[in-house]
Amino acid sequence: MGSENNLIISSRLAKNYKRNLIERMIEFGLLCSGIVAIFITLAIIYVLVSEAIPFFQHVSMKDFLTDTVWTPNYSIKHYGILPLISGTLTTTGIALIVAVPLGTITAIYLSEFASHKVREVIKPILELLVGVPTVVFGYFALMLVTPMLQKIYPDLTTFNMLGPGIVMGIMIVPYIASVAEDSMRAVPMAIREGAYAMGATRFQTAIKVVTPAAISGIVAAYILAISRAVGETMIVAIAAGQQPNFTFNPVESAATITSYIVSVALGDLEHGGIGYQSIFAAGLTLLIMTLLINILGHMVRKKYAERY
Amino acid sequence: MIKQKKASNLKDLNVIRKMISNHKKYDFMFAGLGTIVIASLTITLLVLFLDLVIDGYPKFNLDFLSNFPSRRAARAGILSAWVGSSLVLLVTFFVAVPLGVASGIYLEEYAKKNWFSDLIEINVSNLAGVPSIIYGLLALGLFVYSFGLGQSILTAGLTLALLMLPIVIVSTREAIRAIPVHIREAAYAVGATKWQVCHNHVIQYAYGGILTGIIIGMARAIGETAPVITIGALTFIAFLPPSPVGLEPPFINFDWLDAGFSVLPIQMFNWISRPQHAFHINAAATGAIIIILTLLMNGLAIKLRYNIRKKIKW
Repeated sequence: MGSENNLIISSRLAKNYKRNLIERMIEFGLLCSGIVAIFITLAIIYVLVSEAIPFFQHVSMKDFLTDTVWTPNYSIKHYGILPLISGTLTTTGIALIVAVPLGTITAIYLSEFASHKVREVIKPILELLVGVPTVVFGYFALMLVTPMLQKIYPDLTTFNMLGPGIVMGIMIVPYIASVAEDSMRAVPMAIREGAYAMGATRFQTAIKVVTPAAISGIVAAYILAISRAVGETMIVAIAAGQQPNFTFNPVESAATITSYIVSVALGDLEHGGIGYQSIFAAGLTLLIMTLLINILGHMVRKKYAERY
Repeated sequence: MIKQKKASNLKDLNVIRKMISNHKKYDFMFAGLGTIVIASLTITLLVLFLDLVIDGYPKFNLDFLSNFPSRRAARAGILSAWVGSSLVLLVTFFVAVPLGVASGIYLEEYAKKNWFSDLIEINVSNLAGVPSIIYGLLALGLFVYSFGLGQSILTAGLTLALLMLPIVIVSTREAIRAIPVHIREAAYAVGATKWQVCHNHVIQYAYGGILTGIIIGMARAIGETAPVITIGALTFIAFLPPSPVGLEPPFINFDWLDAGFSVLPIQMFNWISRPQHAFHINAAATGAIIIILTLLMNGLAIKLRYNIRKKIKW
């Protein structure tokens, strides 16, 4: 009797042991998948830094940051990142001039004015706009927007920063609208009701009550938009002309950091050559820029976050 | 005296009335402005779509799908591009989905609240903000040269998988987070292990939400151009990779993973960059195909999410 009981217990223990083992193996497997994200980040930093180091042994940091000419493919080589940065900043600036007002108005309208039904229709449309591939936006900028601008301003060249900048602005409107709207909708109804009870209109409530309360989220939306615009590649590569040009004039053609990387990658790339290393130095610059912008966004969100 | 006071009261009243009507006017004007902005965004999307479809219309035939790219625009097609895109996406799917779902489950169900899970979380949200071209540089340095995978379908698939990973992780987590605790408690109460709870209950209920994220991620991978150009994908390919399925056993081979390739958005980019107008028609037709695919997939995802939200009431 006793030994039989022992047998049952030991077989159940064995089963338990097996069960626990499987559980632990699964947990380990899941943990490994979770760690992949850390590995990717480390790999990005490692690859960019390790390929950029030989570049900076060849080109001094001072030249890189202060020279205003970027001609790695010419016989007289200059490696000043400023032309690429000026291109990036100009297109980003134009995009923001378009996207910030449009995005903010859309967000306020969706959160404070639109009925539930209207919102259910508009939000999917914005999401579809987010899904449009950037290469298609590039075609749009080159074939449709630039010719239209040329009718208003005949001197505009085929490749310029204005057209792609505007299209990039349209592209990032949905990002601003959805993040800003989320933060405005998070403002408690009671605060709005207080304003309405004092006789404020929807517009007054939106501008004087809801917007200040949601300001951290709205600014974070702008910062997200900046980081999108800085990293955007195909629109500028297609429509801004890939020619490094130290200018902030939007009607001129220019290259951004991203479009330079694309133009080098399209050509024959000699592994380990200075041209090959230069795209990693450019990429590292881009990564540092977006990282700083993202950290800024995080800080804004933390510092000005409203607690209800 | 009394009369005077009454008059000033009336005047005040008029001032107030004027103010109120002004504010109502602003209110009305802003509503109009908002409607105009949203209408113009919708029209932009429509124009974008129609422009591609109208420009590319002459190329909407089977020859365009079954021809290789050519120096002559009229004979050029997108056979190698769509085959390349399909195979690359196949790799992307089989890498990003298991990894993304698994790490989503880990973060939501298994991870204890400590610095380590915080670290993973920060990394995931940072990766979502990294520009896509940086992933291209990562793949160029790591996959193409360090791992020696070359400019192959495997490299491109892995690159796009890295891009898609944060999207899948975030949507998995959101879907899991929406499931109430009492479902898990009920399963634990009848003696289920942690994995049984996850596998038989949590994943089942989160299925729709996870699928939504996967579809959105795949739609993004179809249109993604910059990282694939950066790893050095070719723009002119007049051959097909070896077929993944064979007629003889073992019926499946993996030679295609090493093959050179082109993808739809790169083909489109290549045609846009040429000066001749005839190639721009090809580009428009390719663009129309890409945008129809992505709009359909995103639309499906939105519909799916809408259905889930409507159906499930805990």
